[in-house]
Amino acid sequence: MTTPMTISKVSRRGFLASAAASLAVLATPALALTDAQAKSLVDRAVADINKVIASGKPLNSMIRDFEKIFSKYADVNIIARSALGPDARRLTSSQSRAYTKAFQGYIARKYGKRFNEFVGGQIEVNGVRKVKSFHEVKGTARLRGQAPFEVNFLVSDKSGSSKFFDMIIEGISLRLSEKAEIGAMLDKNKGDINALIAELKKAG
Amino acid sequence: MSSRVKLSFTTIIRPAALCAALLLSACGGANSVQRGLIYDPHEQNNRGTHEFNKAIDRALLSPASSGYGNVVPPEIRDRVGDFSDHLSLPNDVLNNTFQGNLAGAGNSAARFVINTVVGFGGFVDVASLFGMKRHDTDFGETLHVWGAEEGPYVELPFLGPSTSRDTVGVVVDIFFDPFFVVLKEPTSYLSPAAYVVNAMGTRYDYQETVDSLLYDSADSYAQARILYLQNRRFQLGIDSVPGEGEEGFDPYDDPYDDF
Repeated sequence: MTTPMTISKVSRRGFLASAAASLAVLATPALALTDAQAKSLVDRAVADINKVIASGKPLNSMIRDFEKIFSKYADVNIIARSALGPDARRLTSSQSRAYTKAFQGYIARKYGKRFNEFVGGQIEVNGVRKVKSFHEVKGTARLRGQAPFEVNFLVSDKSGSSKFFDMIIEGISLRLSEKAEIGAMLDKNKGDINALIAELKKAG
Repeated sequence: MSSRVKLSFTTIIRPAALCAALLLSACGGANSVQRGLIYDPHEQNNRGTHEFNKAIDRALLSPASSGYGNVVPPEIRDRVGDFSDHLSLPNDVLNNTFQGNLAGAGNSAARFVINTVVGFGGFVDVASLFGMKRHDTDFGETLHVWGAEEGPYVELPFLGPSTSRDTVGVVVDIFFDPFFVVLKEPTSYLSPAAYVVNAMGTRYDYQETVDSLLYDSADSYAQARILYLQNRRFQLGIDSVPGEGEEGFDPYDDPYDDF
């Protein structure tokens, strides 16, 4: 009597262990972003960016294209909120929408303007590593007449879909540089969010 | 007579810079700076210098650069850039050696020889054309490798953003530059002259970027500071350690944690 009992105990434990293991294996890709997914996001974004650079379109249409790429591949919401810092929590939902929209246009104008400096250039994606809860996709930008430089993207799926929330060029984080700038703009407007939104619409 | 006066100036400056470097390395430990932090106790003075630098840019550098860029074609400007880089190679050999980076020192030395011989005295960076990577360095990096802390942020007149460690580095780089030490006047001023002319070329090539930073930013001082510190720490390979730098300026802080 005791023997079958032991066997069943062992096999039940064995089953549970293997079930847990297979669940963990199955669950990983579903619950967390993989290196490959993060890299593929940046691959697609970079392909779109390279297409805009190569198009040689007039600047204004390049800026519009860049805004589309930015809103498609970047988590604009978290970049905008983190640029504003803790003040973002006291926004009403309509203020929050207006601020994020103004921020997106400002970024598109400010960085899209640079696109004619990139004409003839190319960004290539080289690798990816996991950092904390997100992924860093490493790339190299090769621009005409310049030494190649490092461009990295930080990718997370915490927004619900995988998006990049920062771009780091030779150590310079877009998100943190904009945090300093938006902070300065808010100070200049004496903490008035609506005035900040109005200024952002014109800036960049 | 005048050359003797200048000679005594450099003989004073060199030991003074060295003493400052040693002093800084020795007492640097007191104010440890992490990647995520901005340490700027002299902000008020720095802001004064920043306004001075902007005035210099508006009155001198920007117009001179536009003139230079408009008159001198890019092919020639690139040659000046290569030559200016070339003249800094002996200093790179020294600093790579000081840092124990013998591969970098060998690379810089080989580069100097190659570009001198095949690159028309350094006017053409042949080594780069062959894909040879440059091991660009400076005495500020040497101090970092020796264990000196970054110290407070400093904006230097004419030279712009720096830190107290890199300020010592710049002074040593200028006055201990092998060319400056070995060559006689006025040839010894060749390297600083090439540097200034090249700086005008750079100012011209990045005109939009520089103008937008200096004149369109809500706070150009704070922008220059954050851009410089991030880039300099990246150059020196100061990577953030998870759990450190909670002061809000670590790019690897997870912004999703805040919301």
